[in-house]
Amino acid sequence: MRYSLLLNYSETGGAQVSDDAMAEWQSAFDAYAKSLDAAGVLLTADVLQPTAASTTVTMRGGSLHVQDGPFADSKEQLGGVFLIDVPDLDAALAWAEKCPAAQWGTIEVRPTAVYFSGGQWNQA
Amino acid sequence: MRSSYGRLLAVLAARTGDISAAEDALADAFERALRTWPESGIPDNPEGWLVTVAKNRWLDALKVRRPWVERVEPSLPDLDAIPDKRLELMFVCAHPAIDAAVRTPLMLQVVLGFEASAIGAVYAIPTATMAQRLVRAKQRIRDARIPFAIPSVDDMPARLPAVLEAVYGTYAIDWQVISGTTVRDSLSAEALYLASVLATLLPDPETFGVAALLSLSIARAPARVREGMLVPLESQDTGLWDHALITQGETLLRRAHSFGRIGRFQLEAAIQSVHCARAVTGTTDWVVLRRLYSALVEVAPSLGARVSLAAVVARVEGSRAGLAVLDELGEPAFQPYWATRAHLLRKAGRRDAAQAAYAKAISLTTDSASRVYLCGMLAELSTELSGQ
Repeated sequence: MRYSLLLNYSETGGAQVSDDAMAEWQSAFDAYAKSLDAAGVLLTADVLQPTAASTTVTMRGGSLHVQDGPFADSKEQLGGVFLIDVPDLDAALAWAEKCPAAQWGTIEVRPTAVYFSGGQWNQA
Repeated sequence: MRSSYGRLLAVLAARTGDISAAEDALADAFERALRTWPESGIPDNPEGWLVTVAKNRWLDALKVRRPWVERVEPSLPDLDAIPDKRLELMFVCAHPAIDAAVRTPLMLQVVLGFEASAIGAVYAIPTATMAQRLVRAKQRIRDARIPFAIPSVDDMPARLPAVLEAVYGTYAIDWQVISGTTVRDSLSAEALYLASVLATLLPDPETFGVAALLSLSIARAPARVREGMLVPLESQDTGLWDHALITQGETLLRRAHSFGRIGRFQLEAAIQSVHCARAVTGTTDWVVLRRLYSALVEVAPSLGARVSLAAVVARVEGSRAGLAVLDELGEPAFQPYWATRAHLLRKAGRRDAAQAAYAKAISLTTDSASRVYLCGMLAELSTELSGQ
């Protein structure tokens, strides 16, 4: 079963971090991703750029709107996605609990409904 | 100087309840010491010098707002004459009004003098985030006037467990995050130091109990992992255990017993002591372990203790009896439950069920050494199954 670990946290904290803090952050995520990988459960891991780099696109009645900024202006933003393949929710939660971002942000654990692979849509 | 940091900070902070101001004053005093001592020589009473300078720095800061404040005379009390307020400080750190998650970090900072960056590294939390949590806790202590006081005899049973938990938490930090991201071995010494300070300042079966538990647990650390694989307690090479630490643990445990009152940490230490006895006797007394775990489940029921009781019951009465204890627990998403269940099912000859339980245990395992061990067990079992 595929689960997305959606990492949500405040970006304002991230803007002020020192190089040392960033190095700690990176080493914690490095160990985390390597642990997932060694366990054979990691599909992909993406840490996103801040929402300042986001662009939203909407198409309404034939007219295109392209705007700066994120879809939702909220206190905490989506900052990364770890896609994992584990047997059940218990296992997904066991990994979410160890995610470094759980210590300062919120990890949303969301199961996949269907996914596209091998030229077709597959049931998760 | 490190060992006196907590004493100096405690005595400064206890006067006004303002830990941050005490830290600033002490930092100023240390800074001045670094500047002047190389020339003037180290004073006869370095700690007394630091306390006096820190107090004056503090008063200077206060004077800006309150010009009538007098400086204190430099009487230079030596460290023994400075009252030890570290116990009061520990009760402040573990006060019910302080968030449980910040109690251990706070103790590391104010009693041991750890920098926020070092504490952040231990928890794999960015320094800024950890610093913010610590500052907030200290503001709360000051603004809410959390008293620098030792609880009364009546309040002690309600207040002591949080202090014990926070001290033990220093040792248990590593289990919150992916192993390898933290510095567990270096913190073992800090955990032991905090526990021994606590037991010295507050002799109690549980303070000696937690010190004994830490000594006996840390003593076995060198034998816990071999070539990246977890080694279960029963299979550990006792030659790798730290025998001096075991002796220390036994002494502390005897002190705990001498009070004639049992408690959670004392029982956990006694359990470790029975396991450590294998180094001398060559065997493990499962009957005694069963009695201790039964008592532990009575005194401090936890899922972990119940799962361990099941494992011990299985050793005394057979795997079916152990499985019956596990059956009472439902099917929790708890890795030790599934690892124990798999092991007992295998012993009971229920290999298919054991295979499923091992798979479940592995799916819940985030620690690499444990996974290597469990995967090895599952592979053995699969070989047995295919050989049938």
